[in-house]
Amino acid sequence: MTKSLGLSPMRMGRHWALGALLVLACAGNALAEENQRDPYEGFNRSMFAVNEAIDKYAAKPVAQVYDAAVPLPVKAGVGNFFANLGDLWIGANSALQGKFADAGVDVGRLLINSTVGIFGLFDVASELGLEKHEEDFGQTLAVWGVQDGGYLFWPFIGPRTVRDTAGFGVDSFVDPVWRVRPVPVRNSMVPLGFVDVRASLLPADKIVEEAALDKYAYIRDAYLQRRRNQIFDGRPPRLDD
Amino acid sequence: MKKIFALFFAGLVSTAALAEDAPDALVQRVTEEVLEIIRHDKDIQNGSTNKVIDLVDKKVLPHFNFQHMTALALGKEWRKATPQQQQQLTVEFKTLLVRTYSNALTSYKNQKVVYKPFKMAPSDTDVLVRTEIHQPGNKPVQLDYSLEKLDSGWKVYDVVVAGISLVTNYRDQFGQEVRNGGIDGLIASIAAKNKSLEANQKK
Repeated sequence: MTKSLGLSPMRMGRHWALGALLVLACAGNALAEENQRDPYEGFNRSMFAVNEAIDKYAAKPVAQVYDAAVPLPVKAGVGNFFANLGDLWIGANSALQGKFADAGVDVGRLLINSTVGIFGLFDVASELGLEKHEEDFGQTLAVWGVQDGGYLFWPFIGPRTVRDTAGFGVDSFVDPVWRVRPVPVRNSMVPLGFVDVRASLLPADKIVEEAALDKYAYIRDAYLQRRRNQIFDGRPPRLDD
Repeated sequence: MKKIFALFFAGLVSTAALAEDAPDALVQRVTEEVLEIIRHDKDIQNGSTNKVIDLVDKKVLPHFNFQHMTALALGKEWRKATPQQQQQLTVEFKTLLVRTYSNALTSYKNQKVVYKPFKMAPSDTDVLVRTEIHQPGNKPVQLDYSLEKLDSGWKVYDVVVAGISLVTNYRDQFGQEVRNGGIDGLIASIAAKNKSLEANQKK
């Protein structure tokens, strides 16, 4: 039988492998066609799995211990401290997007919280009615007309579009935490910031676990909706259904 | 003369209905009622799923249009489903949404709800009511409700948290299930999810 087809078992094996590859490639293509916003879905899903493992065994347990052990006023202080450091760069991004009144508020917040708010430990500015804005360089790029370039999922930093990955790179580069000296202080501040962010996401974990049919897709779509909302400052135009 | 009276009467009735049921007032009234109950209910604060679902069932669900929500979550495929499939899907999706998001209410701790200024034209039949949840030490979270006007009054058909629609966030997942197993496959997956959640719940 094999002989009549002129195929040795080894070549047969190769054909099988080729066939399997073709099927995979087609499946990959079909998936890519199905979701234009997620052209790298295969890669993303593997990174997502990696991140789930890191989260399960390292990030989440640490965040849970932090959340349970640290009293609320301290946690609020830590959150406020990092938020205050961020206000200068938020102000710069407001200005880069042409929102100068917002930029004024951001700088005002920084001045008030760094002084009256004792190095940013207390968010006095919010109580005075100076609302905190959410800006970053990815949003600035979007306002400048840069397309998102497709969705990506990274270990540790999680979901980012291609554009927001670039934006995140710039955000991290200017982050004042990296310039803190002495170095050991900086080296404990960076993970503290990470743990603070992870702990703030703990309440959302349970909802996502319960609500999602496919956790990967649920997080992706939530991220994309949320970014769109941030880029339009909370008032995105309606999408037609 | 009779006609004028009839018109006058109709006018009275409709203004009364409007005064009662303006969408922003409806959202505020229901929210405050529910929070008031939670503040006084130790069982709910301790995470009793049954009790919080009961509360949501009585107070919140009458103001939701789940058929519309399910259609919105499914998108184009909705019209291809038979009426029976539509009904089954609505029941399962409703169970899933109610269970997952009612549980979120059990973590309520003195957050304050701020109602944003609301304006609508008298002829509007589809509006967005915007609120914000304020909590100490955290940024306020946007919480918006889309409502539509039906004969039975204003009904919520979408809830948007921080820009994320809890309904359309299912669009791709539903599409995936339908591609794999058709509408019946989708119904079966949600039903299976509901079963496993029920099995794990805290009484």
